Amino acid sequence: MADLAGPTTAPTLGAPAHAREGEPRAAGRAADERGPVIELHAAGKTYRTGTVEFEALRGVDLAIHQGEYVAIMGPSGSGKSTLMNILGCLDVLTTGQYRLAGDDVGDLDEEDLAAIRNHQIGFVFQQFHLLPSLSAWRNVELPLTYRRVAPDERRARATAALERVGLGDRLANRPGELSGGQQQRVAVARALVGEPAMILADEPTGNLDSASTEDVLGLFDDLHAQGRTIVLITHELEVAERARRIVRVRDGLIQSDTLTSGVAA
Amino acid sequence: MTWRETLLTGWTAVRSHAMRSLLTILGILIGIAAVILTIGLGLGTQKDVSEQISALGSNLLIVTPGSSTDSEGMRGGFGSGATLTRSDAEALASDVNAPDVAGVAPEKMSSLSVETSETNWTTQVIGTTEDWTDVRARELALGEFFTAEDEADQAAVVVLGAETATELFGSPDAVGRSVTIEGTVFSVVGVLAEAGADSSSDLDDMAVIPLSTAANQVMGGTTRSSVSTIYLKAASEDVLSAAYQEAEAVLLNLHGITDADSADFSINSQDALVSTATSVYRTLTVLLTGIAALSLLVGGIGVMNIMLVSVTERTREIGLRKALGAPPWAIRRQFLVEASILGLAGGVIGAALGIVAAKVLPGVLGTSIVVLPAAVVGSIAIALVIGVVFGVYPAVRAARLAPIDALRSE
Repeated sequence: MADLAGPTTAPTLGAPAHAREGEPRAAGRAADERGPVIELHAAGKTYRTGTVEFEALRGVDLAIHQGEYVAIMGPSGSGKSTLMNILGCLDVLTTGQYRLAGDDVGDLDEEDLAAIRNHQIGFVFQQFHLLPSLSAWRNVELPLTYRRVAPDERRARATAALERVGLGDRLANRPGELSGGQQQRVAVARALVGEPAMILADEPTGNLDSASTEDVLGLFDDLHAQGRTIVLITHELEVAERARRIVRVRDGLIQSDTLTSGVAA
Repeated sequence: MTWRETLLTGWTAVRSHAMRSLLTILGILIGIAAVILTIGLGLGTQKDVSEQISALGSNLLIVTPGSSTDSEGMRGGFGSGATLTRSDAEALASDVNAPDVAGVAPEKMSSLSVETSETNWTTQVIGTTEDWTDVRARELALGEFFTAEDEADQAAVVVLGAETATELFGSPDAVGRSVTIEGTVFSVVGVLAEAGADSSSDLDDMAVIPLSTAANQVMGGTTRSSVSTIYLKAASEDVLSAAYQEAEAVLLNLHGITDADSADFSINSQDALVSTATSVYRTLTVLLTGIAALSLLVGGIGVMNIMLVSVTERTREIGLRKALGAPPWAIRRQFLVEASILGLAGGVIGAALGIVAAKVLPGVLGTSIVVLPAAVVGSIAIALVIGVVFGVYPAVRAARLAPIDALRSE
């Protein structure tokens, strides 16, 4: 892992992704390096099932800046999954405002949201969500296939991303031929390959044993050291404590927002 | 994602379920094969009929008694009257009355028993004149046709069809032998070359004798001078309609009829016969095409069904792709391409099957099947269109899936 640390191994560090790759329709100017990557103002989300209404978020204010490593914690039903969907542009707010990398995501249609997700967000899921029929590098290049990136360049970038997560020797392996920890590292490489404004990890260690968990969290530490913005959603304190800041959510509201020492466990 | 990658991904998806894909396209496959065969059979039959009818003789006009043009209760009925006579035929042969008529062959026909010392055979006995071979475009395999002298002398000579000769003598080699028809002994002077069958009769089973002999010695009766049909040969194809008008004028004049609508005869050209015959086959073709269309519809629904299954199976993949930034149109395109590949595969395999069947079936059915390249290309295009059309609904459904729900599905 030591070889992953240090800015020299992050060739594209610092330059915002969409400044290089043709901007998505909704994306405007590049994010200010010191301005917040994420800004939520009085964010509310209400689900309707028939006549029953459920208020999952009741006015959340949250700002996350470039380079922060934030854990969002909360028990199930607290609204943290809703928050994750909102932050990931997989869902839109009922009330309030969400600015991602300076752009208001509020009134975008499905196509523009897809472009925002593609350029600004790198997802890491609990279930890995790798396509079983594709090799590791084919999985990693997926976000780039929805941009105008030439196949040769996609392959080069996917290879670089896999090397960065320490899987340079597993390029052609399919997910079924990799361990859980390796699969999740492929997923992290996929999240990195598009140079997004933030990495959004939803319970990334939920399906991993403790060795693999340590493996993946170590990888996040490295990425954080390289200046990546990471938002990690979890219900495990042990995992959350690896972040520099813990936001606790309960009943659709932010209960606490504390900085941690960030000392590795 | 480039088109090439989209195609490749679609092909991979289709191939990864090879058996299922094959079963899915079976309907389209059969439908396309049926379309090609149907068109081929229709065209082949049309060709066969045209060939048979032109085998009757080129530039032919056929005069029959009775009127078939009267829609209000057909006086006398088609072909049943005895209104045509030898003198009609002689008048039509005149270069002054009908200059564009190059040859005339009246026929007096009756189904009679032809006997030898050992056997007998019932066949069409045709009394006609020496121009018959020219007008009906027939040739002799053996011997010679009877002459104008034979006709004038009421000679007891006969020319047999190849099949008739074989039935009576065991081989077509019958020249010099003799047969008895209605008590008169005829000597065989010639045997006709084979001509096959037209739509109504066997052209190789007949006995042709001089018209005068037929009228006076064989068929007799009160309608001695009447003939059942007069065949006319126009000098060339260009003057066919002129010949038609001349023949009609001559006959109306001879029969003392002023109004062409109340004529007691009718004149048909080969074109009319061809169109009558082909209209029957056209109906058949329409019917078969309907069946083909139905199986294509069923095939299309099969494609839609399997694509819906595929969308359901791959909900998580769709959710993931959408989360990673696939816009709705990219998902739609992916599934449309996959459905098109299914349609196209069905079309290509079906076309291949149709072409093979078109080579094999004529030997079994005895009819020609004409495979038009345009029909092959066209039906493959139809299969592709079916794939696209029936792929639209599943593709739209895939594109509408909400990424969160899709990711959570098991």
